[in-house]
Parts: sequence; structure tokens; C-alpha cells
Amino acid sequence: MHKGSPSLDMTPMVDLAFLLVTFFMLTASFREAEPVTIDPPASHSDKLLPENYIIVDVDALGRPFFGISNPEAREKTLDRMCQKYNVQLTDKQKKTFMGMSVFGVDVKDLPKYLSLQENERAKFKPQNGIPNDSLTPQLKEWILYAAQEANAVYLKAKEEAKSKGQEFKMEKPRYAIKSDQKTKYISVKKVIDTFTDIKIYRFNLITSLEGGSKKE
Amino acid sequence: MAEIAEEGGGGHGKGKKRAKKGSARIDMTPMVDLAFLLLTFFVLTSTFSKPKTMEINYPAKPDPKDVTKPPEVKNGITFILTKNNRIFYYKGEFILPNDAKGRPATQLTETDFSTNGMHKLITELNKSAIDEIAQLEQKFKKKEIPDSTFKRLTMEAKGKKEALTVLIKTDDQATYKNFIDVVDELNISMVGKYVTVDMMPQEYELLKQKL
Repeated sequence: MHKGSPSLDMTPMVDLAFLLVTFFMLTASFREAEPVTIDPPASHSDKLLPENYIIVDVDALGRPFFGISNPEAREKTLDRMCQKYNVQLTDKQKKTFMGMSVFGVDVKDLPKYLSLQENERAKFKPQNGIPNDSLTPQLKEWILYAAQEANAVYLKAKEEAKSKGQEFKMEKPRYAIKSDQKTKYISVKKVIDTFTDIKIYRFNLITSLEGGSKKE
Repeated sequence: MAEIAEEGGGGHGKGKKRAKKGSARIDMTPMVDLAFLLLTFFVLTSTFSKPKTMEINYPAKPDPKDVTKPPEVKNGITFILTKNNRIFYYKGEFILPNDAKGRPATQLTETDFSTNGMHKLITELNKSAIDEIAQLEQKFKKKEIPDSTFKRLTMEAKGKKEALTVLIKTDDQATYKNFIDVVDELNISMVGKYVTVDMMPQEYELLKQKL
């Protein structure tokens, strides 16, 4: 009989531990740093956010932020906006833009904003959301260009799949709005009006799932 | 920590030290430590949840050239959201004081977001549609109707004249959370016809009196 420290066969445990490590490492996708924290309200809806979306975040202060999920459409939209506002971006700045989630700066401030380090960007001062008034309707232009580009990318992919006889899987671009619980509805309304102005009427409002809820 | 590597060649007393044959044992403790460290890290940081969404349609801006009469609403209710999570409602159409037909002027009633408040109110008003959909659901479960028909009939039941029509209006103090709460409640209560519109000045006056 062993005395003192009994030796345990830890092999199965280690096996399991590594299995789990591998699993979590492979499934983990790191959340991109967002310039603002938004705590969406809860709902009973269990629909998931579609893969292909154009998103406008409205933070608690009512500032709009903008993002596009599709990389190709994102790049083209950026090019068009830069062209329109005569903004020059270096390749490095463009690359940074591609890796960002949402942003909320005036397009003229983009070069300065994109040159900053990731942790400094949240503190960038003129981050007052994307200008959205009748004089500088930048949000509207971002949405309009993004919608056109995203649809073009979608149609192109569809054509390509058709000509190759492959199964077509890509989803149509959808328009998502994410907003904080404390946001005044009127600021969300303003963003929605921007969408309806360019004839987009259907939205996915992002909510979090109500904890342990059941259909009553 | 428990040992993995046993003392090689134990139990032989003072025998000659023999060269180890076959399986060489490595001390795995540091590796296991690291594995668990990583495991803990990934377990704690990973988020599985993809955000949930709620689909909603907004009405197009009315075309001034369009002269078609708005559809007659039989069973309607208007919710007015305002600050401090307060919610008011009135049923039917808005009637001004001193109505020509002698109908009583609209009064706002306050309710709340609890089960006994708005939920009860909506389920009572939308009873016909809820019952119809419950019947359809039973039929569907017994496999009397296919799912495409079930979906279509559910939509039809929600769109019937007897089914509730809801208008949601907010003032500039209402929060987004309240709005989502109302829409969520309507989805639960099978209300298919709801729309958010701007408040009329008369309604705003009435609301101001209540606050």
C-alpha cells in the first residue's frame, strides 16, 4: 500500500483539459473593441442577427455610430465617402478602418482618428457620432453608399455562384440598429428617419435575450 | 499537486541504477498548469451569444399625392410613452372635447409594463386573434395542417379586422427600452398590426395635463 501522497493517474483529466482548451481556442472570437459601450434592452425575441448587415449604433447620449459587416462593401463605401469629401487615407489607415467595428467620427477627422492606437481611439475627442443634419448628412450618405455597395456585392456573389453552379449561401444585407436602454427614443427615431428617407423600412433592432424567460 | 511521474524503478531497494527503457516519463505538471490556465482564460472570456434581434417594419412617409382613405380601424388602441417609464393609453380614435357627434372626449388612462398592466390589457383586446392562433397551433401540432398553411393562417388571423391595431407614440422623454418593451409585448400577444407614429398636438396637451 502507498503511504503519503497517493499518485493519481491524471491522464484522462489532462486529455479533457486539452480538449476543452482546443475547443475554446478555436471557437473563441474576440469581440472587437467598440468605441462606446451599449447595453441593449431585453426582449423575448430569439431571432439571431443575420450575417450580412449594416449597423447603426445609437449610444445613451444619442450619438450615431456606423459599421458594415461585409469587408468588400466596407472598403468600397469608404472609398466613395473619401472621394466625396476629398479625404486622403494611407493604406495603413485603410487597413485600420477595415479592422474596426463601428466608428463615430466626422469623415474629415477619419485620417487623424485612424492614425491613433487602438486604446487611444476611444478617447478621441471630436467623437460626437457621425454628423447627421441637413447640412452634413454624412450618416445618410454612409448608409446609402453602404446599402448600394452591399447589395452590389450580394448580387455579384449570387451571379458568380449561379455561373459556377454552386449553392448560394450569402444572405441579403439587412439593416440593424443597436441602441442603449437609456437612449431617448427620439434619437433612435432620428436614425430611423434617416433610413426611411432612403426608402429602407425594415430593421433588425438588436436586443439581449431576457434572462430565463418563457412565453407567458 | 498530485504527481504524475512515479519514481522510476521504485521498490528495488539499493539495486543497480538501470537505464530507463521504453516509456520515458516526463514531468507534465507545468504543461498541465498551463493547459488549465488557458482553459480558465477561454472559459471566462468567451461569449457564445450572438446578439438577438427583433424585426420591425416602419411605414413609408405618406405621399401627398396619395389620396386613398386610411383603412378603417375597428379595434384600436394608442399607447403614449413618456418619461420615468410611464405609459398611457386610450382606446379607439382620438375625440376632441365638444365633439360634433356628442361622443365623450378622449381621456388618457395610465398603465404600466407589468403583467397586470399592459400585458393584460392587450391580451384582452386581442383575444379573438390569440384564440384563433391557439386553435391553429393545436391543429398544426396534430398535423392537420402543414406549416406553410399554418404560417399563412396565423398571418391572416393577425391581420383581421377584429384583431387589435396598436399605435405607439412617444414624447421626447421616453426611452428606447420602453419602446422595445411595448413592441416585445405586442409580439408576445400576437398583435400583427402596430405602427409607431408621431404624436398629435392635442394628444400632447392631454399628456401634459396628466404629468
